[in-house]
Amino acid sequence: MKHTISVLVENEFGVLSRISGLFSGRGFNIESLSVAPTLEPNISRMTLVTRGDDRILEQINKQLNKLISTIKVIDFTGEEYVERELALIKVNAEADSRAEALRIVDIFRANVVDVTPKSYTIQITGAPAKIDGLVELLRPMGIKEIVRSGPVVMGRGAKGVSA
Amino acid sequence: MELTGSQILLESLQKEGVDTVFGYPGGAVINIYDDLFDSPIEHVLTRHEQAAVHAADGYARCTGKVGVVVATSGPGATNTVTGIATAYMDSIPLVVITGQVPTPLIGNDAFQEADMCGITRPCTKHNFLVQDIRDLARTIKEAFYIARTGRPGPVLIDFPKDIQVTKHKFKYPEKVNLRGYKPTYAGNKRQISKAGKMILEAKRPVLYVGGGINLSAANEELVKLAEMTQTPVTTTLMAMSGFPQSHPLALGMLGMHGTFYANMSVTECDLLIAVGARFDDRVTGRIDAFAKKAKVIHIDVDPTSIKKNVAVDLPIVGDLKDVLTKMVEQLAEKPDELQKLVEKTSDWRATVDEWKKSHPMAYQASDSVIKPQFVIEKIRELTADDAIITTEVGQHQMWTAQFFQFSQPRTFLTSGGLGTMGYGLPAALGAQVAYPERQVVDISGDGSFQMNSQELATLVQYRLPVKIAILNNNFLGMVRQWQQMFFDKRYSQTCMELPIDFVKLAEAYGATGLQATSVADVEKTIKKALETPGPVLMEFKVAREENVLPMVPAGKGIHEMVLAS
Repeated sequence: MKHTISVLVENEFGVLSRISGLFSGRGFNIESLSVAPTLEPNISRMTLVTRGDDRILEQINKQLNKLISTIKVIDFTGEEYVERELALIKVNAEADSRAEALRIVDIFRANVVDVTPKSYTIQITGAPAKIDGLVELLRPMGIKEIVRSGPVVMGRGAKGVSA
Repeated sequence: MELTGSQILLESLQKEGVDTVFGYPGGAVINIYDDLFDSPIEHVLTRHEQAAVHAADGYARCTGKVGVVVATSGPGATNTVTGIATAYMDSIPLVVITGQVPTPLIGNDAFQEADMCGITRPCTKHNFLVQDIRDLARTIKEAFYIARTGRPGPVLIDFPKDIQVTKHKFKYPEKVNLRGYKPTYAGNKRQISKAGKMILEAKRPVLYVGGGINLSAANEELVKLAEMTQTPVTTTLMAMSGFPQSHPLALGMLGMHGTFYANMSVTECDLLIAVGARFDDRVTGRIDAFAKKAKVIHIDVDPTSIKKNVAVDLPIVGDLKDVLTKMVEQLAEKPDELQKLVEKTSDWRATVDEWKKSHPMAYQASDSVIKPQFVIEKIRELTADDAIITTEVGQHQMWTAQFFQFSQPRTFLTSGGLGTMGYGLPAALGAQVAYPERQVVDISGDGSFQMNSQELATLVQYRLPVKIAILNNNFLGMVRQWQQMFFDKRYSQTCMELPIDFVKLAEAYGATGLQATSVADVEKTIKKALETPGPVLMEFKVAREENVLPMVPAGKGIHEMVLAS
């Protein structure tokens, strides 16, 4: 089962390799990982997506907590949360397909952020499934390049997460 | 007053109560060594950095203190890795200080540069690269704190050369503030009382005890718990000195080379109380056959150990000393129920005793050839109860665990988790440094001994009277045993064909060498070694193809043992 986990870590030398090394060393899988500093510059927040059964997820949770650099681990599975990913997609857009591409962009409330006579670069934010949907529709036109940020998540409601 | 980085390091070590470090100098630590020259800290110069780490590890295992190592950058630092991994697997507190190239050169493939934080990330509890002199004292404080608290382990400090000479005001922090690291010591009272209830309801309980018992110094509490509930106790390799093996409730070791009665007890028990143990594969054998009739209580300071390999009915996170103390107190309040428990479980103990009688730990004695087990029994007989025994890894290690009846905590130092050949001699060295007056014996094999035999020089130089007993079968015996049992006796690369003159080797280093070739020589040789001042190497020419039994073949349940005929 897919799990989305946020990890608050000390923003210090080598912390990313501690997390990624933990996953590779123990054979846990990482589907995506995104990381950036929080309001407190010495704390970074990572969002990672992983898969595994309950036993593996319990180990992932405990092993992450065991790292000295880890301040807090939140598994959002079973919680109400907002999940957003950003993607940039460079798609072929010549004569006959230009209008079609724009219609699709419009339907998905995406934006064109770079234009050439032969291509559009489209920016979309949303849940990963929405991005998957856009990719599927654009695929027949020929996607030249795609980059996805991996999702970031935040719990719903008034309460915030802090260290 | 302003001090240089290397002076701050040495002052900080003293603040941590360090009086001895093990190490080896080199270009990237030359400033530290220059300051060590004037420091009250004793330095033991080993002949290899790996040995320095094992020595510090042996020192830590027998004292409970943090072992400290200094090594230079690059090859000096990479040589420490096996030692660090050994300590990590067995949860031994170490602080390893490695020199590093100057900070402007880091990442440039400089001379003797190695990315030690990268290399040791998976085999340290934590590691640090000191990037700023202002962080140094705090880093050292944190390193010691992390190494010795919670589940102990090795911590590495990579210390660049330019920071060693940078001056800064020295103030050692009073407190550690690590918001991501707060080990749980106090066991949850409700969980403990549930555990007490499960114990009182059990009909066939077994205590399964691991190395945590020594790390937490909870040995007395364990004896109390075992005695008040009359529960049989099986110990892992790491805990053989954690519970007196002569105790009527002792079952000896369990697992791959465990006793018949320990393995049968675990297989048949209805309650398994795991105490500071981690269900290692050498203990469990085929995991789905392990203690499958039992409910499991698991007590450990490290939450990741719980439910890692087996399902647990009742987890208790906490320090064993705290948890066992509370458990004993709670049970002591219920004398009637304890009485009932002891009566109810008497059949179980009778069954266990039957197993002990039907399949005792034994070997085929011989008059014509020296049996390795016999040598171990004789060493036990002729040494003091508080003698510290170290081993290397292989058959001799298993025989020591099986036949040496340990009686005092922290007297058996062996590489359990990593299984590091070459551990025993330097570990004995470190133990003898810690306890100059106690007997220290390294029980070794001819294969393992040659992995760190250069440490004979260190023993002689520092007049450390370690006694070494090499059980020489001219084989890599454990691998040979597997080849005999599972590979149709195809002894691929396990015959050590070149006969080494170990007596001469000892003498070349200035130590005493003794050899025993007949059964009659054994006792005389051990007595002579123990009476001889200084380091003594004893070589016993033992039965070449003796096997370690019982043995649970790989992939079998621990009740499916190959037994001694």
